[in-house]
Amino acid sequence: QKNGVSNGTVYKKTFIEHFEQAPMYVAVLTFLGFGVGTIFGYLRDFMRAWGLEKRSVAAEREQQKDFVPLYQDFENFYTRNLYLRIRDNWNRPICSVPGPQFDLMERVTDDYNWTFRFTGRTIKNVINMGSYNYLGFAETDPNALKTVGKELQKYGTGVCSTRQEMGTLDKHVELENLVAKFLGVEDAMVFGMGFATNSMNIPALVGKGCLILSDELNHTSLVLGARLSGATIRIFKHNDMQCLEKLLRDAIIYGQPRSRRAWRKIIILVEGIYSMEGSIVRLPEIVSLKRKYKAYLYLDEAHSIGAVGPTGRGVVEYFSMSPDDVDVLMGTFTKSFGAAGGYIAGKKDLVDFLRTHSHSAVYATSMCPPVAEQIIRAMKCLMGLDGTTQGLQRVRQLGKNTRYFRRRLHEMGFIVYGNDDSPVVPLLLYMPGKIGAFARRMLDKNIGVVVVGFPATPITESRARFCVSAAHTREMLDTVLNALDELGDFLQLKYSRYSKSAHPELYEETRFEFED
Amino acid sequence: MDIKRVKYNLYWLFCQFELITCSYLMEPWEKVLFYTFNSAVVVMLLYTAYIFFAVHLGTAFQSFLHLLGNQHENTVSVVK
Repeated sequence: QKNGVSNGTVYKKTFIEHFEQAPMYVAVLTFLGFGVGTIFGYLRDFMRAWGLEKRSVAAEREQQKDFVPLYQDFENFYTRNLYLRIRDNWNRPICSVPGPQFDLMERVTDDYNWTFRFTGRTIKNVINMGSYNYLGFAETDPNALKTVGKELQKYGTGVCSTRQEMGTLDKHVELENLVAKFLGVEDAMVFGMGFATNSMNIPALVGKGCLILSDELNHTSLVLGARLSGATIRIFKHNDMQCLEKLLRDAIIYGQPRSRRAWRKIIILVEGIYSMEGSIVRLPEIVSLKRKYKAYLYLDEAHSIGAVGPTGRGVVEYFSMSPDDVDVLMGTFTKSFGAAGGYIAGKKDLVDFLRTHSHSAVYATSMCPPVAEQIIRAMKCLMGLDGTTQGLQRVRQLGKNTRYFRRRLHEMGFIVYGNDDSPVVPLLLYMPGKIGAFARRMLDKNIGVVVVGFPATPITESRARFCVSAAHTREMLDTVLNALDELGDFLQLKYSRYSKSAHPELYEETRFEFED
Repeated sequence: MDIKRVKYNLYWLFCQFELITCSYLMEPWEKVLFYTFNSAVVVMLLYTAYIFFAVHLGTAFQSFLHLLGNQHENTVSVVK
């Protein structure tokens, strides 16, 4: 119980998030590392410009050398000189289903990451800590995929049309009814691609004269949709409700910039779980703000649908709220359902409007039938409509795995961001040299991780992002945790100043008996 | 056994240096350049420190002696 927490009664359960800052020397050493990298980058650029070194880097043609330079901004410099040196940790081709373990194609480079070649061997049974497979539905078990195989034989793979022409199949209608029932809303519409759901539907909902209040760390699809719509965009600090309230008040008091008219509509864009931080949105406070200032709420549950909540129905259920509180519920089927595509759900009027006015409905191909059947079977499993409790067991297993993994990482002394209940676990690495070393050594230990660096995260806060899955067994998580322990000691990654004792069982004896 | 541990610790320290200054990512010729530059800077620092301390201590010692044994030197110079 804390004193003086504003709106503390709006939350029915404790909301614990960690964003610990590393000690100051870490930031200094990170900048030192980047400084050395930059100096050597300039040296290499100089050598390439003066012909002392021959490498195939992107350069303008001879006739264009007098024009405005194309490749001199910092992002290109960074890509050429710093990203290239550790490029072998990204874009690794896999050759099996991305379940809890997968196979990687072995890839070597002869000229320091400029070109790669495949040796032809595969690295088998690498533990997968990077795929978005929260409930473990990415599986090849023939029993599970029986209905999907049947639909594949009945419909084939291509739809060959858009939703508004001839691409609406009975499978889509069945899926949309099921999604609406799953979420507890009136109606839903499904699209073939999750990114396109956001970027093509936000322009249909808002336009010029509207105001979009978007979180600082929103995904690129939301940012793209907001920019394409032509509305005014204002950014509020990540999960900061005071900042959002101030922006709302200013918007209502001052209106549009020059004419001072009222905004046609104000829409708040947030995500359920932010994939780079692992933090959960403060939904109860946002809903109370939205009701007070009469704004609309667009909630992107890409990572949270199926992953949080007692029965897997997302952040709305996690906070025990009703789905009527959120105006537009959006989500994707890529992460928890092992398929592809996205949906938008809400009131029937909204969805009917989108069926006629969305760019995706008019121009984009609709979802293909076997994928729709995979989502139907996964959702039926989650809701318990297939007669088993397997869905609920998966959600519970994911919750247990998440809490165990996060608790052990905190105990070991790593700095881990995010909410205690989110299955996305970012572990902070900070220094650029450690990004490459971490990913390579984890692969040597047969564990595949995703590391993220500058353009996707702030320049000093590079991280390794783990995605816990319900399909991970306790042994796999223990293997990963032991490897992390060893590597954390070797690479000195345990920066946390608040860690509990790593081996509490040594100190269990609290009573000492006197011996005569 | 102890030699092995000392060698391992030194190797570990060297790895930390490599990771922090991004020399882990450099190609071999870049590493040679970087280490040469670093060792040159360190050697020059040590030499400057040595000279500084040697001269400073030397002059301090001399002025101390001067305070004590002032008479001897004066008589020597007058005779000359």
